[in-house]
Amino acid sequence: MTLVKNVTCPICGTLCDDLEVEVEENSIVDVRNACAIGEAKFLNFTDPKHRNLKPLVRKGGELTEVSLDEAVERSAQILAHAQYPILYGWSCTSCQAIRVGIELAEEVGGVIDNTSTVCHGPSILSIQSVGIPTCTLGQVRHRADLVVYWASDPYSAHPRHIERYTSFSDGRFQESEWEHYVTRLRGVLGKKRLSRASARISMREVSIPPIADPKLPPEFETEKRKLIVVDVRKTRSAEIADFFIQVEPNRDFELLQALRLLVKDEELEVDKVAGVPVDLLEEFADILISCNFGIFFFGVGLTMSSGKHRNIDAAIALTKDLNYRTKFAIMPMRGHFNVAGANIVSTWQTGYPFAVDFSHGYPRYNPGETSAVDILQRDESDASLIIASDPVSNFPRNAAQNLVKNPMITIDPVVSPTTMMADVVIPSAFVGIEVEGTAYRMDCVPLPMKKIVEPPKICLPDEEILRRILLQVRQIRQTGGKA
Amino acid sequence: MKELLIKNGFVYDPLNKIDGETMDIAVRDGKIVEEVKKGKTIDASGMVVMPGGVDIHSHIAGAKVNSGRLLRPEDHYKDVELKTVLTRSGVGYSIPSTFTTGYRYSRMGWTTVMEPAMPPLKAKHTHEELNDTPMVDKGAYPLLGSNWFVLEYLRAKMYGECAAFVAWMMNATKGYAIKLVNPGGLEAWGFGRNVRDIDDPVPNFDITPREIIQGLCKVNQILNLPHTIHVHINNLGKPGNYVTTLETMRCVENLATDNKPIMHLTHCQFSAFAGEDWRTFKSASEEIAEYVNSHSHVTLDMGQIVFTNTTTMTADGPFQFTLYQITGNKWVNNDVETETSSGIVPFQYKRKNYVHATQWTIGLELALQIKDPWKILLTTDHPNAGPFTAYPKVITWLMSRKARDDVMKKVNKKTRRKAPLSAIDREYSLYEIAIATRAGQAKALGLESKGHLGVGADADISVYNLDPKKTNLADNPEAITKAFKKAAYTIKDGEIVVRDGEVVNSVNGRTYWVKVETQANLFEIEPELKRAFEKYYTVKYENYLVPQNFSAHQTPVTAKARIKS
Repeated sequence: MTLVKNVTCPICGTLCDDLEVEVEENSIVDVRNACAIGEAKFLNFTDPKHRNLKPLVRKGGELTEVSLDEAVERSAQILAHAQYPILYGWSCTSCQAIRVGIELAEEVGGVIDNTSTVCHGPSILSIQSVGIPTCTLGQVRHRADLVVYWASDPYSAHPRHIERYTSFSDGRFQESEWEHYVTRLRGVLGKKRLSRASARISMREVSIPPIADPKLPPEFETEKRKLIVVDVRKTRSAEIADFFIQVEPNRDFELLQALRLLVKDEELEVDKVAGVPVDLLEEFADILISCNFGIFFFGVGLTMSSGKHRNIDAAIALTKDLNYRTKFAIMPMRGHFNVAGANIVSTWQTGYPFAVDFSHGYPRYNPGETSAVDILQRDESDASLIIASDPVSNFPRNAAQNLVKNPMITIDPVVSPTTMMADVVIPSAFVGIEVEGTAYRMDCVPLPMKKIVEPPKICLPDEEILRRILLQVRQIRQTGGKA
Repeated sequence: MKELLIKNGFVYDPLNKIDGETMDIAVRDGKIVEEVKKGKTIDASGMVVMPGGVDIHSHIAGAKVNSGRLLRPEDHYKDVELKTVLTRSGVGYSIPSTFTTGYRYSRMGWTTVMEPAMPPLKAKHTHEELNDTPMVDKGAYPLLGSNWFVLEYLRAKMYGECAAFVAWMMNATKGYAIKLVNPGGLEAWGFGRNVRDIDDPVPNFDITPREIIQGLCKVNQILNLPHTIHVHINNLGKPGNYVTTLETMRCVENLATDNKPIMHLTHCQFSAFAGEDWRTFKSASEEIAEYVNSHSHVTLDMGQIVFTNTTTMTADGPFQFTLYQITGNKWVNNDVETETSSGIVPFQYKRKNYVHATQWTIGLELALQIKDPWKILLTTDHPNAGPFTAYPKVITWLMSRKARDDVMKKVNKKTRRKAPLSAIDREYSLYEIAIATRAGQAKALGLESKGHLGVGADADISVYNLDPKKTNLADNPEAITKAFKKAAYTIKDGEIVVRDGEVVNSVNGRTYWVKVETQANLFEIEPELKRAFEKYYTVKYENYLVPQNFSAHQTPVTAKARIKS
């Protein structure tokens, strides 16, 4: 039995790199330090029910098992003869594979787009219009005395984010609030127990207490590290938070702009903004101004609700305004483990982070025109290569319809609706478990992904599969289409 | 065995004191040799032959540069590169994509470029990009001026330990030189503050920038690194900052031994401002030049302004915040835990703006008033003062008073009236240009096989279509710009890679890093340090390291440290 230490987890943008994995005869028997999602992946990734283990090509309407060479050959034929192929996915693979992917897209004059197009794309558009004051997660650990999660629920989606980087982590200038949280939790539980006991004694039904007007708790006067959650519903993260502000759905933009006014010492002439009393907002603004180092973490709740990149514009503008008063940063909570890497590699090779169109022979970028969903909705593409993602489940219906209508190649370790609808399925190895590579954390810190076990023989690394396809495409093009 | 002969060119090779003599240069297997018998011949008669260009300071790769690329699609739309059979496509303008960066340098005859600001935590990012930058040899300087370990060692005056730490850092990040940016100020910026001058203590750390600069200078001497410390001063870009610049140079004066440079003060134009505010702003080039002319322990580079729309990006977070406040343009700030910060703001240098026009004169004044061309090197602090593609223009300004006067006619009136530049007649010779763009740069970097054409040197050569015998260059500035824009030939490691300004062969180029030979690995001796490391950083020690051969073509340069342990 061997213990592999310092393993980076290939799940979410938090990219925890302290996992310890026990390996016995090329299979993983135990995982330590991982969250439930990470652990589930490490322990179950080999499940043959979910795994692509055969190269498949659609023949006569049926996916038929073929040799890997044939699958690669067919892929190359599709791409080499396509007028305007889309190469989509990329967020769950290594930067090394993405590099080859961009070369392939350039070679075939296609469009390369990654999943941020349907996720934090609006955040990127917003950064391109106003910039972004941000930092790495260690700055938050060491310095942040105010952490605000806005429209994001780390407790469920990035389970170790709070513990590793924010309120429950120990930094040089800030202590973990873990103990305070436990004390508070004990208090709440104690209260509940007492009221249950008293109900039993007095033989009375306990009625649910009416919800009081939201007010800041008294400990907000103290110097301690604060955690605030702003969301449309009381999430699990909101339960941990020192304070929760409930905003009406699709009205974040108003709330952010109201805060901007308050931070600039303007007055609001209404009682409530987006369902939040102005008195409370004024106090919130004071907290924002008076911290030593504050940070907003925002999620897809902000990027994909009404207003989209305008919401982020407002959030970033608020952060910029706050920097005139104190130190403040803002960071998107990136989802897939290497979605940041997909943007980064694309940017250094082409100048643009996603939705890059090579059909003119040089990189062109115009989200809305060159982004995958929009091209598909206009039904302009005639083939696709999907790697490490599942657009058939996630894209709008007509985009998905147009996607599956044309020849589609998938490279994926797992079976998904997309691989089931594909014309070519190439099984690949899991990055971070069976293949090494680089991935970028949500704060753009590069981390090595480890190879822990050997992949099944037929499952090659994405990088190698793409290289083989690229090579074949070049051969086909040199011989003028006759391979 | 691959051989090449460059015949009958006017050779400018200042390190070997060759000043325009008509000579043949022989190349075998990527190195310069005495003579070759067969092989290809390039007829360079009527052309200028120089060592390949070297750039000591150009932001071409890494986290900050890439954020700049992401920030500015509008910078790319107007300037694109098509894919060819040999080359990859890409975009410009001020922050070109990696492939385009390599091709454009090579087209101008440059063969070595150094990325001067690598946040150690993101070193892998820098190296991945350098790996995708073809045509040139590269290297990167890790940012160490606000690193917590460094500050703590230096506060305790533990120079030996600090040296061991820096040696480890060079190995860990595959770095080339010690970079200081606003020493101490970037730590203060972690809480939105800054340091006022080199004696203003860093909050929470009880150490002054002066102590940091002196300390790292000593460390650099202990480690025997090929380059000196590379310093971006405190108070950069503020009126009146020339005082800080002089103080910074003075503070290491007595550490100098045997007249060797021990500090490189980078993009000096931004550090030579006099006046109390932007209204009373003026050039302090004379004060700086006077000091540099009478001392030999510093080298500088220009950071020459070009009137264009460019992107400012430095690790100096507080300075970039000031630029954001001045311009109201979009602003990126990115602080890196335990180490550094960075900022990006797009910027338009305007001829008619008094400050910008004066900045344009300051860079040239420094280059023309500092007598020894080995002491001031040509840069535009790409892309801060202008993109590197403006080098031919800058060369022309240095070589031709006529060219400078032509610009002077168009700039702000007050600048024209006040700038000392109007009275300067000096014009660089081709020999001096070869120093400022090649020999001096390679010498300052300690790259012994670069920057000259002596036997044994790397066969990195550029040939320019320029005949100094036939044309009076100073009177024909267009001829200079034209020649330097498109090299007639660029030869990299003995291969012709560019002909008539077009890439004819795509090569990779190495990434240099300094392997310091110390007695043992610091972190293996002291497990306590490893624990401290994992407290300071949010990544594991093992995951922080850039592995050997992380990117292709990594080439270690060894330095023998004098650490007693």
